[in-house]
Amino acid sequence: MSKLLSWIDDRLPVVNAFEKHMSKYYAPKNFNFFYFFGVLSFVVLANQLLTGIWLTMSYNPSAEGAFASIEYIMRDVDYGWLLRYLHSTGASAFFVVVYLHMFRGLLYGSYKKPRELVWIFGMTIYLALMAEAFMGYLLPWGQMSYWGAQVIVNLFGTIPVIGEELALWIRGDYLISGITLNRFFALHVVALPIVILALVVLHILALHEVGSNNPDGIDIKKDKDENGIPKDGIPFHPFYTVHDLVGIVVFLFVFCAVVFFFPEMGGYFLEKPNFEPANALKTPDHIAPVWYFTPFYAILRAVPDAFLGVVAMGAAIAVLFVLPWLDRSPVRSMRYKGSLSKIALALFVVSFCILGYLGVVVSTPGRTLLAQVLTVIYFAYFILMPWYTSIEKTKPVPERVTMK
Amino acid sequence: MKRIITALIFAFSMNGAFAAGGAAVPLDHIDTDIRDQESMQRGLALFTNYCFGCHSLEYSRYERSATDLGIPVEIFEENLVAGEAKIGELMTIAMPKDQAKVWFGNPPPDLTLTARLRGPDWLYSYLRGFYADPKRPYGVNNVVYKDVGMPHVLADLQGLCAEAPELGIEPEVDPLSGNIVKSSGCERFATEGSMTPEEYDEAIYDLVNYLEYVGEPSRLDSERLGLYVLVFLAFLFVFVYLLNKEYWRGIH
Repeated sequence: MSKLLSWIDDRLPVVNAFEKHMSKYYAPKNFNFFYFFGVLSFVVLANQLLTGIWLTMSYNPSAEGAFASIEYIMRDVDYGWLLRYLHSTGASAFFVVVYLHMFRGLLYGSYKKPRELVWIFGMTIYLALMAEAFMGYLLPWGQMSYWGAQVIVNLFGTIPVIGEELALWIRGDYLISGITLNRFFALHVVALPIVILALVVLHILALHEVGSNNPDGIDIKKDKDENGIPKDGIPFHPFYTVHDLVGIVVFLFVFCAVVFFFPEMGGYFLEKPNFEPANALKTPDHIAPVWYFTPFYAILRAVPDAFLGVVAMGAAIAVLFVLPWLDRSPVRSMRYKGSLSKIALALFVVSFCILGYLGVVVSTPGRTLLAQVLTVIYFAYFILMPWYTSIEKTKPVPERVTMK
Repeated sequence: MKRIITALIFAFSMNGAFAAGGAAVPLDHIDTDIRDQESMQRGLALFTNYCFGCHSLEYSRYERSATDLGIPVEIFEENLVAGEAKIGELMTIAMPKDQAKVWFGNPPPDLTLTARLRGPDWLYSYLRGFYADPKRPYGVNNVVYKDVGMPHVLADLQGLCAEAPELGIEPEVDPLSGNIVKSSGCERFATEGSMTPEEYDEAIYDLVNYLEYVGEPSRLDSERLGLYVLVFLAFLFVFVYLLNKEYWRGIH
């Protein structure tokens, strides 16, 4: 075995790679609960890729056959129902873990220098993931798949001058049709997964170049022992591999409980109108995107003008990219930031969640007003960040990490 | 940590609270039981005799129902398979969609997924919601689905209700005699059917039970397998927890 390994290692640096990224990658020893969500995104990604490959074997990407082929998978393919529920629940689970992973970044300042590129690659993954989820959502060809896609693609139509042409170019037709379904299928199963995988590699390489942040926001590389190993660092393998296993098993327990017992999740993971095939002549009473898009949808609806709404929605996502340059605080972690930052983050999280709720329900004048207020709070969090992070009084950061 | 979990639970429970919506008409509630094979067998028989002429179950196969409902294949083939169809075929119907549109205004929808689309309460209420309305082409209307194109095909069983039945109400009990004076359903019949109201409700329950099953035939398999998976993960948790504890003993 060791002979084989050294034969390979002479030709490909496998030992070196394993040491660099696992057994000699020194991670801070004070990771907490929020540090599980990176590895959990990995688990969900693997689940989506594997179940996706098997679903592709029985799925029929045509307007005539798509809906029936999903039911064929649910009924006639051995364990097809399991593959399908793993994939549909996995889509929602992906956003749950990614949102918590991003929240961790906001909480402990993981986007701050020198981790700007880690953050930007992460944001690009999020963007690709949204495209991936949106296109995958059309594939079952249910009523909400169809009309959801119709609404979202029409958003591009609001752009002045080129809008109509652009929407037509995306759809490949004057309305969502089998042509759109085919191209979304190609992008969903081939193009975007490749992009996402490449970005994940870049995200990890950039992270391992600068090292992981931690809940104290301390740079552990500043304090090394005589062997050049950070005093507060421990080798990722085996310490964090066994640690993450615990998180993975707990996550799988919750995930499988949903998959096997409540795959519809009360109409949030699988929406009821999608049990009816797409019908271009019958608009559903209430069109809402899936839960993970609803905060942005609420921002879109909060703006009275359609085009400006699209701009606001785009800006709500775009502003996250420049976050590393908005935060002027001398400290990274929320533990040592001042109360202004803490209030700002709390307001941001609350407004994001309530916007998510408002994006699900039918809009009323009162709700629209609330959505407008929350949209202002959402943007204020970012726009005012250079101000409130620079004027507030921060607490002194300890020399060594704290184990809480 | 505890605060985070509380917040997560709160977030999810809030989701549940606004999940409903939609149905403006009050519905009668039933608890379906897809473990009750006899009920589903009666439901399937009723479906075959009264619904299957116009409504297909085109994503589902005869044989799956036979197996899952515990009906021997020979008996199923003799009594419940339409025409020349084979037991392994999908439960389609011969009615052409374009002609059906002329007859009913809309072709009768496929019913494979109706229980998942509208829910068992809706189906149970809808099938008990027909009443006489001379203004409609077939002389009937429905309280759950206003101006529906479907005739009351079960009228010879239920009879035809003279006025719109009130559904989704709590039974009113006379405080002196203890008798139920008013309950959900039809009060007065224009024509009598062969079943009593209780028998009819029972028959509709069976039918909805079957449709609930056929909407997701893998449900029981899923719950059986899911239990093993969760038990396995619970055991695995003990081992990975101890493994982690062992490795981290020296880290402070």
